[in-house]
Amino acid sequence: MTSVHASVDDRRRAPTTQVGARRRALTIAGLILGVGIAILLSLAFGSRTVSLAEIVDGLTSWAQGRTAADIGAIAVQERIPRTVLAIMAGAALALSGALMQAITRNPIADPGILGVNTGAALAVVCGIAFFGITSPYEYLWLALGGAVLTAIFVYNVGSVGPGGSTPIKLALAGAATTAALGSLVSAVLLPRTAAMDTFRFWQVGGVGGADWGTMAVIAPLLIAGTLVAFICAPGLNALALGDDVAVGLGVRIGRTRLLAAVAGVVLCAAVTAVAGPIAFVGLMVPHVVRMLVGPDQRWMLPLSALGGAILLTLADTIGRLIGYPGETEAGIVTAFVGAPVLVIIARRSRMRAL
Amino acid sequence: MTTLPATPDLAARTALVRAGRIRRSRRRVIVIGCLAVAVLALVAAVIMVGNTIYPVSDVLAVLRGESVPGASFTVGTLRIPRALIGALAGLAFGAAGTTFQTMLRNPLASPDVIGISAGASAAAVLCLVVLHWSGTATMFAALIAGVATAAAIYFAARGGESTGGRLILIGIGIGAMLDAVVSYAIQRAAEWDVAVAMRWLTGSLNGSRWENVLPLGIAVAVLLPLLALLSRQLRALELGDAAATSLGVRVDHVRILLVLAAVALTCFATATTGPIAFVAFLAGPIVSRLVGHGSSLTIPAALMGACLVLTSDLIGQFAFDTRFPVGVITGILGAPYLLFLLIRTSRRGGSS
Repeated sequence: MTSVHASVDDRRRAPTTQVGARRRALTIAGLILGVGIAILLSLAFGSRTVSLAEIVDGLTSWAQGRTAADIGAIAVQERIPRTVLAIMAGAALALSGALMQAITRNPIADPGILGVNTGAALAVVCGIAFFGITSPYEYLWLALGGAVLTAIFVYNVGSVGPGGSTPIKLALAGAATTAALGSLVSAVLLPRTAAMDTFRFWQVGGVGGADWGTMAVIAPLLIAGTLVAFICAPGLNALALGDDVAVGLGVRIGRTRLLAAVAGVVLCAAVTAVAGPIAFVGLMVPHVVRMLVGPDQRWMLPLSALGGAILLTLADTIGRLIGYPGETEAGIVTAFVGAPVLVIIARRSRMRAL
Repeated sequence: MTTLPATPDLAARTALVRAGRIRRSRRRVIVIGCLAVAVLALVAAVIMVGNTIYPVSDVLAVLRGESVPGASFTVGTLRIPRALIGALAGLAFGAAGTTFQTMLRNPLASPDVIGISAGASAAAVLCLVVLHWSGTATMFAALIAGVATAAAIYFAARGGESTGGRLILIGIGIGAMLDAVVSYAIQRAAEWDVAVAMRWLTGSLNGSRWENVLPLGIAVAVLLPLLALLSRQLRALELGDAAATSLGVRVDHVRILLVLAAVALTCFATATTGPIAFVAFLAGPIVSRLVGHGSSLTIPAALMGACLVLTSDLIGQFAFDTRFPVGVITGILGAPYLLFLLIRTSRRGGSS
């Protein structure tokens, strides 16, 4: 009997200890390398492809605070803000998705699917239409409020009844809320052509309109959200074992859940306010990372952030290539990659439990 | 031996059952009659009411082909196609929606929730806005895309137990992807046109033209009777494959026919009006309240679909200062009902 116990024990511990350590190191190295490559690609490709020398030239002259001389280097400089925004937004969205999946213990929790983006959109539209708000500094707060309210609403509707929040209940609650809020967005916008024009840039998520000012506004929020998320990680690990066990381990489950939820919603709402609704990043990345490093949130959360940064930066670069000579928004690219991932998750048999 | 009921008792029971059947079928006939009258009245309202209200005599004169100043254009060119397309699209959405809901035994599994409308819409918007194809070619492209979407969702959801919930989840995901295609196509379009965009995002009857009436009309005229003929088999399928087979239904044949007909109706309607939100989803459940259980819902649901589209169009046109496309109204009305249905089924512990 003892040998059986031992083997069960080994199997359970294996992914997080011996095999995990090596695999984790490889994953971390791979992801950091991936971020570097994604940045290079994002700087290099677009309506004008530049050489490595021009990238170096553009970056050094940018670092010295002057405009580069030749056109390739100028193109590189033009691409710096959007690359930075893609990294910030991707990391925040993936982190937000990982947090939401951990709190709800539901594999399809994602800001896009839960309708949080549309809630933010409705708030922004109301701000533009009724209060004449035009600056991103102001509608950031509206987006935040809309996102928080929608998240609470959808989660509550999706977890009515026995069994709590199953994937399908959550997805349907999110889809229905998205449809209702989307209709309201149209209803508010249609009579107002000017508002429609402002909103157009917002409707499909992308990082093309990046500028340093708005990024500076959301940066503190993103940093705060990220810190809170990392602080919550051990508590989330305990939550994964079930509420009773978590209490037994000395975790204040209510506080942990609330903090993590606030962090998750703030992260995705801040990104949505600046970059528009970008779906599926928060869904995909945590699943891939979980496959690579196992379910330990202390590793999951930071690595998801790295993975999200890679994904969104690459999606933006790909969008620039397939939309040549214009560009296709990153949100469209991520939707294309994301839907098959959702299908795969839905097909996996144990989709109820994480 | 004592378990055999006495003969008079049996006769009484038979009479009771018969009376129940007669009562239910009478109720069904009354509901269908009322809905049909309502559809006709709504069509008449859409034709007559507007910025200028034309009397019946003017409308009849236009229909006879006489030239009435003002009315000939407003009624003949604008309002009659609008009313006809609204009614036809409603019929198509309603019948297709209830067919899917009955066959998959889930009120949430209507073609607009599970992404089939999104497939047709994506194909139609690509063909019209990006490739500049003609209306008829677009119809067929939308049809093929819709069938392909349905097949993709079906195959992705196949295998393993409890496919119902998984099918819906996968449908929502694929729908999200196809909606991204629609956004992409609208952005690519050289001339950004709010009307066109709204049509493909939420569904609208603005821009209904005579040349669109005919293909949609033919599709409804062929496919709606087909669905009505198959409604008996459809009800057998609702009992489960094994029960249906033992009742003499050729399950596979019937299911393929039903799916193709329902998908085709959805696609033709979507290619004409855009994906009018929630009509397919709402018509069946509302009608089943009215008709009661135990009878086919196909025809009443189709009529209810037409009522929903036409009523929402009237609301959208005249209830507010601005004219809203019909899809905005159905979306605002329909989504709360979806949430209500979701909460109710969850409370009972269904839908996992």
